[in-house]
Amino acid sequence: MDFALIPPAHSTFLFIPAFIFYTLLPVAGITFFIYQIVMRLKPMVLAQPDKPVSEILKESPARLMQVLKIWLLQVRQPRYMLAGVIHILLFFGFLILAVRSTELMFVGIKADFSFPFMDGTFGAVYSVIRSYAATWVLVVALMAMYRRLVTKPARYAVPAKYGKPHTAEAVFVLGMICTLVLMESLFEGSLVAAQNQQGMQAHTLAPLTLAWFFELILSSASQSTLQFLHSAAYFLHDVTFFTFLCFLPLGKHFHVVTSLFNVFLMRVRRGNIKPVRYGVSNDQLDNLESFGVKNLEDFTWRHILHFYSCVDCGRCSDNCPANAVGRPLSPRFISIKGRQLVFGRHPFFGPSKVEKAPLIGTTYEEDEIWSCTTCGACEQECPVGIEYIDKIVDLRRGMVDEGMVPQSLQKPLSAIEKRGNPWGKMEKKRGEWIKQLDSEVSVKLLEGGDTTDVLFFVDSITSFDDRMQSIGCATATLLHRAGVDFGILGKGEKDSGHEVRRFGEEMLFQSLREHNTEMIQESGATRIVTADPHTLNALKNDYEDLPPVEHISQFLAKQVRKGLLHFKPSVNGDKVYTYHDPCYLGRHNGVYDDPREVLDAIPGMRRVDMKRCKDRSFCCGGGGLMLFYEPEEEQRMGVLRVKMAEEAGANVIVTACPFCLVNMEDAIKVAGLEGKMEAIDLSELVVAHLAD
Amino acid sequence: MAQIFAYITHKGGAVDDTAAELAAAAQKIDAAAQVTAIVVGAGADLDAACQGAAKLFAQVWKFDNAALAYPNGEVVRKLLSQVVPAGSILLVPHDTFGMDMAPGLSIKLDAAYAADVVAIESLSGTELKVVRQEFAGMAHTHIAVDIAKGAVLTLRPGSFQPEKGAELAGTVSDKSGDAGDLGTKRRYLETVEAEMGDVDITKADVLVSVGRGIEDQDNIGVAEELAEAMGAVVSCSRPIVDAKWLEKSRQVGTSGKTVKPKVYLAMGISGSFQHLGGIKGSPFIVAVNKNPKAPIFQVADIGIVENILEFMPALTEKISG
Amino acid sequence: MEILVCVKRVPDTAENEIAIKSDGTDIQRDDLVYSVNEWDNYAVEEAIQIRDKVGGSVTVVTVGDSEAEEVLRRQMAMGADNGILLADDAFEGSDGRGIAAILKAVVAKGKYDLVLTGAQADDGAAQVGGMLAAMLDWPYASLVNKIDTGDKSLKIGREIEGGNQEMNEIDLPCVLSIQTGINEPRYVGIRGIRKVASIEIPTYAAADLGVAADAVGPAAARVKRVDYFTPEMGAGAEILEGSMEEKIDKLIELLKAKGGLK
Repeated sequence: MDFALIPPAHSTFLFIPAFIFYTLLPVAGITFFIYQIVMRLKPMVLAQPDKPVSEILKESPARLMQVLKIWLLQVRQPRYMLAGVIHILLFFGFLILAVRSTELMFVGIKADFSFPFMDGTFGAVYSVIRSYAATWVLVVALMAMYRRLVTKPARYAVPAKYGKPHTAEAVFVLGMICTLVLMESLFEGSLVAAQNQQGMQAHTLAPLTLAWFFELILSSASQSTLQFLHSAAYFLHDVTFFTFLCFLPLGKHFHVVTSLFNVFLMRVRRGNIKPVRYGVSNDQLDNLESFGVKNLEDFTWRHILHFYSCVDCGRCSDNCPANAVGRPLSPRFISIKGRQLVFGRHPFFGPSKVEKAPLIGTTYEEDEIWSCTTCGACEQECPVGIEYIDKIVDLRRGMVDEGMVPQSLQKPLSAIEKRGNPWGKMEKKRGEWIKQLDSEVSVKLLEGGDTTDVLFFVDSITSFDDRMQSIGCATATLLHRAGVDFGILGKGEKDSGHEVRRFGEEMLFQSLREHNTEMIQESGATRIVTADPHTLNALKNDYEDLPPVEHISQFLAKQVRKGLLHFKPSVNGDKVYTYHDPCYLGRHNGVYDDPREVLDAIPGMRRVDMKRCKDRSFCCGGGGLMLFYEPEEEQRMGVLRVKMAEEAGANVIVTACPFCLVNMEDAIKVAGLEGKMEAIDLSELVVAHLAD
Repeated sequence: MAQIFAYITHKGGAVDDTAAELAAAAQKIDAAAQVTAIVVGAGADLDAACQGAAKLFAQVWKFDNAALAYPNGEVVRKLLSQVVPAGSILLVPHDTFGMDMAPGLSIKLDAAYAADVVAIESLSGTELKVVRQEFAGMAHTHIAVDIAKGAVLTLRPGSFQPEKGAELAGTVSDKSGDAGDLGTKRRYLETVEAEMGDVDITKADVLVSVGRGIEDQDNIGVAEELAEAMGAVVSCSRPIVDAKWLEKSRQVGTSGKTVKPKVYLAMGISGSFQHLGGIKGSPFIVAVNKNPKAPIFQVADIGIVENILEFMPALTEKISG
Repeated sequence: MEILVCVKRVPDTAENEIAIKSDGTDIQRDDLVYSVNEWDNYAVEEAIQIRDKVGGSVTVVTVGDSEAEEVLRRQMAMGADNGILLADDAFEGSDGRGIAAILKAVVAKGKYDLVLTGAQADDGAAQVGGMLAAMLDWPYASLVNKIDTGDKSLKIGREIEGGNQEMNEIDLPCVLSIQTGINEPRYVGIRGIRKVASIEIPTYAAADLGVAADAVGPAAARVKRVDYFTPEMGAGAEILEGSMEEKIDKLIELLKAKGGLK
């Protein structure tokens, strides 16, 4: 084979054949890369178990689907349009160019190397595509650099308390990417220019690609210039390629390697909480020395993988309501601080520093961990499938085990333990709200061992809070009007424990679950209905062996579809309604459309959606024990939410959760929007519009 | 009949308001009693205090000793156990000093002890029947005190109405020489004054005072708006300070400030005696509470059964016009 | 430092209205739940913090029946090293002096440097700590809201009127009664209690303590509760009736008359 220019494999440098270098470099680079990976795997091996591999593999179909959608098709990226498109172009450019770069690596050893499948049409087509890929990668990498250096989107900023900005790392990596595509194109462009000068048969460069531009510029360059550029381009490409490879495991660009695995391993179920320790059954929990995460080693291996996979894109924190109101929590830094700690404890060289230093008070702060409402916005947004709720709950379990619980939460917790509700109200008063019902609405009070077909699980706030009892009444009225035979447990019901579990008091939760499960089973119910999404989520995702559970909005939507609900026209024709998605109905249980369908069935009702709705809904401030917690914050989540409703042009916020209603009604007062804005529960609204 | 003594607290030469209350309580035990006041301290202030006590009591025993310059519970207990005759009845105000000193004294004197007495019912033989409260004022109890070997009673400040009779001209006897060794194993060092906040609630004529009924920190603003509309100052009860919703300097009560306003609006305050102990000068008290059984309604002039979170904004609006 | 903390099991009355039985012998207890007296909880937390700082042990003690063991376990779950239950039929009906006499016997059985109690209890008279100290001839301070440990003495702060703090130096051994707010008591969950569920808690009766049966119980009590009663209303406030609007109008009128509004 003739070469228009001396190929790298045939060249010499200081009388030493270059192929020796081009052989040693990949060997050294790949060896070091593997060493890095092994060292990064070490903390994962030392970590706690996660879901057993056998179970993970059983869920393969769902997991592969997530890989296809979230990893390969990058469906979460365009939620931030510009950054998303840039990333998609980089990602696909990267996939395409990986083959070419690998091929180039071998060209340094054997000058005429090419993959066998690159002969023929496929090779020709690939060649065109990868030339354009290299070109668009340069364009988007420069755009990304411009964003990092000039536009500086707020979500990339690093508040002083979390350390220095990460701009330098990002720009350095973008610089390497630019170098790679430029050198690869220069390598090719210089060769084609030489071939054309020598009248050799040159392959046609795709127009307007980088290589095409280089060929154009170099068409009249001297042979020696071309030779120099050709060799230098190859050298730089090769060196940059392995620098890039070995740089990946050092920081946020490790996601290039880990994201595929991370997405495969992400949660396939929503709304649930990980067990205290995988492999330890509930009745063995008492034997555990320690609960939850107290030290770094208490995280599971998958949590460590999360730390490695964080891209530092800031989308989680940008959507985090706690972060938005100035609470001391930014989910992004849960990952980044975790990563820094893992890297510091397990350096590439030298022994690991395994020290039992508690995480709380060093890496994380108490208030930071209590600030989370478990709304799930961060997990919904993360493009690589990092999870936070389980980590937060595990850290809280550790704090509860150490007795580090804020005074404001101790009272409701102990009241739930003693009386089954966070206010410490008497058990016998739990069913008293039904006295407010119209006499025609009959509710069976299942306190004397009676049974029922449908059980209305009311839960604490709807049972005891003066205002929220009206949701209970509305729900009971709707069930009655639908001709459902239903009852409530009354004093036999205890708090579902939804927040008890999420606040880390697992054993209290389990005792509540045991009690309620027994009571529900004794009631003989074949279906459970609730008006509280937290209850729905608890019974559906935290409890086991229960009859099917549905939220009243789901029940109503079915009635609407069957044509069984008849409405009179909107009683407030001039009002504009907006539906606020409760986190535990929407994000955690996927119920977005049912409540909207019910609202839209009311004739003449004007409804708008807020900018942040459905799976991007903004938490009202949190339910259950979060009502008792006194966070440091600049403003209330509810106030921000009410303002969003105002922006959307609405003056009635419809919710489908008692906690949302509490927070919205409070927020309307705090925001000074009384008289201009109101909040109402879906069940109340429907009752008000029932045709006689 | 047992001899009755009253322990007088005083400050800056003036006897405390409780001195007259002790005198009134002593009359309830035995209307004919010649009550002896015990006044301890050092220097000129002590003499002035003894003169004040002599206007209320037939006899005044003065104990002047450098060790009594700051009369902490330990040293006073040691003194009283030396000088109070066996079988006597001793009355002490139930304040932070009385709580510190009196229980141990009853042991030293081998006398019965009844704390925080709010009323004295009757004396028959050696059985003195008094009234106490339990569960933060939610339950009242009759207590039978066997005074055969004497008794120490601490009396809740503000519970006994001083008699509006003529001033007495009691005799002051200097008993300092009766005191023995007053060395104790507890030594007073200093008093750390509570930090003065941005406002002085003790100087306000009208107070809008909030308690647990405010429910949430964010609702403090509702009270502030009302206070602004009325030209009043916001104060509060202890739970509000414990929750750090208002600064300590705003707290009314025995562990907070003593206030003497003309008008006191108790908003969502149940009315523990510790809180009421901080209100002096019999102001016009308006209590708003959603619980009709709240003890505050016992002491208020005007009671309104409403949720303060609805009532206060409505009142503010009406006042502001 | 060897620390003994005296605790008491009391009805949890925070959210519950206390009702009196019709015969006045007691309050209605059927629907009550019990917990450790709030002040005692602060005392135990303080003891644990002192122990963690200077070493030693914390023992919690209570006078009561077998149900009182529950509060001992809770305090042990917090971190107290030992528990002692003092139970004897002879103890029932003791007044404050009787309880102090029982506790004195326990203190004599051990080698304690410091005894802590809560400053008061919802159903008590804030008396036992001071009485116990007097019986032991140890110095005493009440309403303690700050403790700095020293070698042979402690520097303590007492909460006094006006929110001021009276600082004292007190020699060891001594008795202190602890005011709320001195610390932030740690949380005790179900798991913590289960962990200490199997620890043996010694129970002492009058004979074990060498307490003469006639020194305690109702016979020795010089202060006895005769009954519970509801005081006559009447002297209370004039309750304004009517709609919110009417109440406000009436109130404004009254406030103007009393100088509350200009």
